[in-house]
Amino acid sequence: MLSRRVFMKNGGLALLSLGFAPAFLSRTVEAATAGRRKILITIFQRGAVDGLNMVVPFGEREYYASRPSIAIPRPNDAQGAVDLDGFFGLHPRLAPLKPLWDARQLAIVHASGSPDGTRSHFDAQDYMESGTPGVKSTQDGWLNRYLHAREHADATPFRAVALAASLPRTLQGVEPALAIGQIGQFGIRGGQATDMLQASFESEYAAAADKVLNRTGNEAFDAIKMMKSADPSKYQPENGAEYPRSAFGDALRQIAQLVKADVGLEVAFAELGGWDTHVNQGNAVGQLAQRLDDFSRGLAALARDLGDRMGDTIILTMSEFGRAVAENGNRGTDHGHGNAMFIIGGQNIKGGRVYGRWPGLAREQRYEGRDLAVTTDFRAVFAEVIRAHLGVTDTRSIFPGFNDNARLAFIA
Amino acid sequence: MVMRIPAHVLVVAVSATVTLAASSQKSAVPANPDDKTILHVLNRIGFGARPGDVERVRQIGLAAYIDQQLHPERIADRGVDEQLAGYETLTKNSRQIAQEYYAPGQKARQAAKKNAGDATQDRPQLTPEEMKLQRKMREPLIELSEQKIVRAAYSDRQLEEVMTDFWFNHFNVFANKGPEQEYLTSYERDVIRPHALGKFRDLLEATAKSPAMLFYLDNWQSVDPNGVHPANNRAATTRGFGRGGIFGPRFPPQQNPNAKQQQKRGLNENYGRELMELHTLGVDGGYTQTDVVNVARAFTGWTIDQPRQGGSFRFEPRFHDAGEKIVLGHRIKAGGGENDGEQVLDILAKHPSTARFISTKLVRRFVSDTPPPALVDRAAQRFSETDGDMREVLRTILTSPEFFAADAYRAKVKTPFEFVVSSVRATGSTITDPNGLVQQVRQLGEPLYMCQPPTGYADKAEAWVNTGALLNRMNFALALVSGRMRGVEPGDGQVGAALANDISSSTAATIAKATDPKQVAALTLGSPEFQRR
Repeated sequence: MLSRRVFMKNGGLALLSLGFAPAFLSRTVEAATAGRRKILITIFQRGAVDGLNMVVPFGEREYYASRPSIAIPRPNDAQGAVDLDGFFGLHPRLAPLKPLWDARQLAIVHASGSPDGTRSHFDAQDYMESGTPGVKSTQDGWLNRYLHAREHADATPFRAVALAASLPRTLQGVEPALAIGQIGQFGIRGGQATDMLQASFESEYAAAADKVLNRTGNEAFDAIKMMKSADPSKYQPENGAEYPRSAFGDALRQIAQLVKADVGLEVAFAELGGWDTHVNQGNAVGQLAQRLDDFSRGLAALARDLGDRMGDTIILTMSEFGRAVAENGNRGTDHGHGNAMFIIGGQNIKGGRVYGRWPGLAREQRYEGRDLAVTTDFRAVFAEVIRAHLGVTDTRSIFPGFNDNARLAFIA
Repeated sequence: MVMRIPAHVLVVAVSATVTLAASSQKSAVPANPDDKTILHVLNRIGFGARPGDVERVRQIGLAAYIDQQLHPERIADRGVDEQLAGYETLTKNSRQIAQEYYAPGQKARQAAKKNAGDATQDRPQLTPEEMKLQRKMREPLIELSEQKIVRAAYSDRQLEEVMTDFWFNHFNVFANKGPEQEYLTSYERDVIRPHALGKFRDLLEATAKSPAMLFYLDNWQSVDPNGVHPANNRAATTRGFGRGGIFGPRFPPQQNPNAKQQQKRGLNENYGRELMELHTLGVDGGYTQTDVVNVARAFTGWTIDQPRQGGSFRFEPRFHDAGEKIVLGHRIKAGGGENDGEQVLDILAKHPSTARFISTKLVRRFVSDTPPPALVDRAAQRFSETDGDMREVLRTILTSPEFFAADAYRAKVKTPFEFVVSSVRATGSTITDPNGLVQQVRQLGEPLYMCQPPTGYADKAEAWVNTGALLNRMNFALALVSGRMRGVEPGDGQVGAALANDISSSTAATIAKATDPKQVAALTLGSPEFQRR
């Protein structure tokens, strides 16, 4: 058994002072003493973000030729891109991420995407979440297969959490994962009789001969107590982090709460939509700019709030495909192919660099003559995170049929 | 698929006197069933017992009740008809739904985007009228989801409801893929339900020709890549000879920079693959990648007439690959046209792997997560000898000793849909607005008509038992009995019917401590016992 002192130091939940310690929590504390587990936070930009206006190839003449009304101006021009390396720049509304780039905590993979050429949101999201492009009958998601590959006895009910109304495809599968809309509402809701009802349900499941329901029930009630002690209503972000007042900001703030509450979180998921900008996309201002503002301020706040814990954490962003190089007749962009992904982490990230081979934007360099070509399979990015950050050396069971040989090495 | 069957499942616990003939079996339906056994039947061939149901079935006789349920056409279902009378979309065809519910909303959406003009605007501003039209677009799916709840809760044709749910899930389509919602109402009403207890071959063909499936698995745009057709060349006039007879040079896909979505036209294997893997043979059913390609070739030209306007099935000869195909060793001669697909459906429906695959899924649904192999054998044999007559296959399963075995009792964890509906039934609640229950089922993890992959929802305990979902079930039980569930008036608080008074002593002791009848009901519906059927 752990001493009370060790527990207090590591757990910070002061559960013992309340007179109980859930079984899995003591396991977590033991795990904590052996070194914290790595955390992966995945962000899905549903609807296909325009990667070319997010990470702008301002060094490409073709970029400006193809986008007369929606291009982001060059860095020195008014409302221009935030220069990264003399060729690529961030959309001005992604400026909150620049300090992470300068601190080498932000790496970008450009021209990444699916080997499958579909331009259907439905199919492309499905492939990105199942991790098996081109194969529709895959039942589980790649994050769940990762959890399965790293199954361990210390797992808590909060091991994998989606801050969403329902469990995303990425997290579906044999390993348990939680979808929580608002962590403050997690528990039994029985009005004035809540305590009595909770205790009664708990004893029903504690005594159940049904092994599956018995185990799951016990974990559920442990989880409730843990969440109560964490008292999410009193949460204050640290280091001056300011989350945007949006559903996305709320989700990220709650992820930070879970990380800091040491409830055994290993994989978190959040999503944000509004990227399907076929009409009036805007440039440095407008529709896309507004969405990027929410996105970047959220990510910057999360990284700041997590502080030292970013050393154990990677934030990974993805979107099902990019958008066509040329703007369309409605000052928007249509469904395309290659896109940009962000990897934000601690000291182990070799940030401050745009990874992946840049294929160019000239017509003959494009995919099917119209889209940014894909030079990095998105699975190569996922696999590297799983290998180099999460420590599963053989990713074949997670990405069946994928040859994980091309190493980008954005993680030290 | 290799299945590990625990030895104890093989032991037939009931009716030791039953003798099994080679292809059929004597009925193992007990003549004088106890409450538990009747509740078991009500839980499996329906959505649980309402107050008084156990007694009613006892009076009819259990064997007679099962037989009655196998013949839904003989059951008048006026109660449900009355409940659904006000649902105007349920009787409309896909074209009407597309024209009346989707087209105006789509137009409004386009107009709003165009009028937005100013690129600095975050999102297009909708007028109240436009918002009304947008809401109207959601009505068909809302009504369809609500009728699913109403039928499961109130229909006297309980087995037909269970089988409609089973087959929809087996031939799954996803409501949020493109214009799928225009077709869903008809898909369930005209394709699935009429064949729920009919011949498998008929159901298979109905799904193969349904715009819902043609769209969902992309077959509507699968074309012979070498053919002359509008998709490859609008003004194709050149013709030549080669594989499949008449074909023209390969044309590049149309270039239309403003097209929202460009499809490279060619063979699409998606339907061909899932047809064998998920609809008929099963993943280990003995087909190869070559079979997938040839099946896909056979179905080229099976498309949709005016796909975004609610159009129906059409065979388009210009999309069709007319060459010879070998499928699972059978030769399909060149030039068969539309009949190529029919021949494939014949081959697959008659294949022994299909009989086994469908029987295994049915036994898993009705008996146990680990289907007893002897019962699967007999069901598959019945499938083959009756030409896939689902009524007879079901009769074999529902009157089998395995179905009444002690091992099968409460062997299945309820899906969220089953849990919600059985709770409403057990409490004798009255549904005044089913939409609240539709939302509940979604929150419990089984959004209706929203299962994305073609596999459908899983039919095993692991898929539905997790901490979050379990807590949500308890909270649903609390909300239901306390009258906090929107659109449901709770019954009188008596839930004796829910578990036939068969609960563990520990659960009984816990429930006994509650003083308020509502709490008793909540602790019953939220108990471990009630999570199973």
